[in-house]
Amino acid sequence: MKNILLFFVVFLAFKGYSQDTLQTVKVEAKRGKIQKSLIKATNTTVLSSKELLKAACCNLAESFETNPTIDVNFSDALTGTKQIKMLGLTSPYLLIAEENIPSVRGASQAYGLSFTPGTWVESIQITKGAGSVVNGYESISGQINTELLKPVKEIPFFLNVYGSTDSRFEVNTHLTQKVDSLWSTSLLVHGNMRVAKNDMNNDGFLDNPLGNQINVMNRWQYSNPNTGWVSFLNARFMNDEKQTGQIDFDPKKDKLTTNYWGSEINTQRFDFSSKLGYVWKDMPYQSIGFQNAYTIHNQNSYFGLRTYDIKQKSFYSNLIFNSIIDNTLNKFATGLNFTSDEYQEFVFGNDLSRKDNSVGAFLEYTYDNTDNFSVILGGRADYHNRLGFFVTPRLHARYNPWKDAVLRFSAGRGKRSANIFAENQHLFGSSRTFNILDNSGKIYGLNPEIAWNYGFGFLQKFEWLGMKSDASLDFYRTDFQNQAVVDLFQTNQVNFYNLKGKSYANSLQVEFNTEIIKHLNFRSAYKFYDIKTDYNSGSFQRPLQAKHRFFTNLEFETHIKDKGQQWKFDYTLNWFGQQQLPNTNNQLPDFSPTFIVMNSQVTRTFSSVFEMYLGVENLGNYKQNRAIVGYENPFGTNFDTSAIYAPVFGQMFYAGLRFKVK
Amino acid sequence: MKNIILMMLLMVGFTSLAQDKKNKNAKYNIEVNGNCEMCKKRIEKAAISVSGVKSATWHMEDHVLHLIVNEEKCDVKSVENAIAKAGHDTKNVKATKEDYDKLHGCCQYERK
Repeated sequence: MKNILLFFVVFLAFKGYSQDTLQTVKVEAKRGKIQKSLIKATNTTVLSSKELLKAACCNLAESFETNPTIDVNFSDALTGTKQIKMLGLTSPYLLIAEENIPSVRGASQAYGLSFTPGTWVESIQITKGAGSVVNGYESISGQINTELLKPVKEIPFFLNVYGSTDSRFEVNTHLTQKVDSLWSTSLLVHGNMRVAKNDMNNDGFLDNPLGNQINVMNRWQYSNPNTGWVSFLNARFMNDEKQTGQIDFDPKKDKLTTNYWGSEINTQRFDFSSKLGYVWKDMPYQSIGFQNAYTIHNQNSYFGLRTYDIKQKSFYSNLIFNSIIDNTLNKFATGLNFTSDEYQEFVFGNDLSRKDNSVGAFLEYTYDNTDNFSVILGGRADYHNRLGFFVTPRLHARYNPWKDAVLRFSAGRGKRSANIFAENQHLFGSSRTFNILDNSGKIYGLNPEIAWNYGFGFLQKFEWLGMKSDASLDFYRTDFQNQAVVDLFQTNQVNFYNLKGKSYANSLQVEFNTEIIKHLNFRSAYKFYDIKTDYNSGSFQRPLQAKHRFFTNLEFETHIKDKGQQWKFDYTLNWFGQQQLPNTNNQLPDFSPTFIVMNSQVTRTFSSVFEMYLGVENLGNYKQNRAIVGYENPFGTNFDTSAIYAPVFGQMFYAGLRFKVK
Repeated sequence: MKNIILMMLLMVGFTSLAQDKKNKNAKYNIEVNGNCEMCKKRIEKAAISVSGVKSATWHMEDHVLHLIVNEEKCDVKSVENAIAKAGHDTKNVKATKEDYDKLHGCCQYERK
């Protein structure tokens, strides 16, 4: 740390000699809502903030509903949080970062995505497959990076108000100020609450938790084009409270009693992060960046008679140097990471606290012939107090065989420690007994998870009936060498153990997108998942995962008039095939039925500064038959709130407005 | 850890020393004639294939090629020669008729 500081000081001295010669020309073309690149070596889809305006999108977890790469699960009956999946694997197997700093990890794995309000997001980059080594070794099936609003580019004032028939209300306010020619600052304030109790399926349990969240972020951006220095400073505070369970549950009287079954989950989070970057003036291809983040995450909760508390203090540091070898055909990035996590974790009163830390170095080399071929070779070596010393190789390659087509290949290894309790919190809302069947490993008695991911993709852009279209096919396979298996196939139990035998996830996605007539866009995708694990009781498909899925999205926009008036219509349909269900002691069948869920939204823009939107989720009003297994007797043996394969809440209408001062 | 930082320090040291002699990161903007995306690829490829050229970016709008070259290894004239050989006229070096005629139809820019 001291050395790094010294380096920067020396560095500052040197830059004094340089002169102002750098002139940059920026060309910004009109960009689509979803961008798929023909040139990037990684299989990356970029969602712009416009894409997020197409759905209710209250927070990051809900912002993927209009695109097929990421599957959004149904919020479980208990916490109301939506989990996401990529290539059929849940978010612990993804690296979720905020401005390239890993954000949803450890204690925040279960609810972390709901802690980033949708309006704060500038864009999202979704990379399928192993991904870059720069941000760490933990990613297995993909990486999601969110870029937040940049104070330099932001409008002075933004207001968003939202309300829905499930009695959820939201307010988002953004204030941005240019302090001087170098510094800009934004204050982002988000508040949401659900005030009324809903029980549409008459099982005596809330369909959505009551709750409120306050989320405040202040960010400062420094950018000096004359010297090449840029910097970000972010401070953030969040408080989130949820109450759920039986309708008549009153936490004051009934907490941790058998009067009524209830649960409260309260989380406070404090983040501070900084970024410092420098681009050499006479060598625009050479740069250095230094990122630091400190987070305190504190969750206190109980589920019926079970208590679960977790506090994580986390520090992350990343130093990265980018440059070239000979010329810009050969680029490289190299650097160091340091991570430390201090967990104070109490599961049903048992102290399972631990400290983890790791240090690692990475090198990533990119060759690009500027024409039709590029390859990224990445490797990193890490030492972690529980995972030991290990190397992480990753490879990405891209080849353009002919015009407007791209063929991609990727392979890579990932390794991680599974936070089995934090990641599987939704299982606390059940009477299942928790058993860890191994005790020789270093993480809750289990060994680290290790997996290899390989895949290829083909994308062709073309004109069809004179309209821009594209078709693509992706196939990925994840092979687990070891996995912390979560076994829900034993009656009234959840068992955690090291994988014995095979576990793999195959995913195939076929996509076709076109513009049917001017301003009418059509997206469609078919997805096939084969996710199989050898459990102690036999080989089964991963529960709550449809083998076949079909997705379609239609969007229509009228021509924008002089003052910016416009209508926008959006419609999404998801068809779900049968899903393997966990063992519920025969309360639910072995497989779920097939069903359809539809969402739709209309937006009316009155001018460039004011717009209103009205939408409906679950238009067809499809509801899971028995959302809470054993609801008749919540303290009995069959009680389980976690077997959710379909929406719990029926049709939901919402409306909102957006107001801007430019 | 220490070694890497030392290495980086040395690296920074070297770059600044070099500037007193021949410029290792000399910037040039030269005019190169061309039309389209295909021209862009061809021009940049020709430029960067010259040893000593670190970076080459050609802009379609103003026909300017931005170069960063290591003057210890090559000069701008040799870069212009390479580009002309690929069929594109630069400010100081014109392509031969044969090389120009080899260009793809849409790339046959109007010669000055």
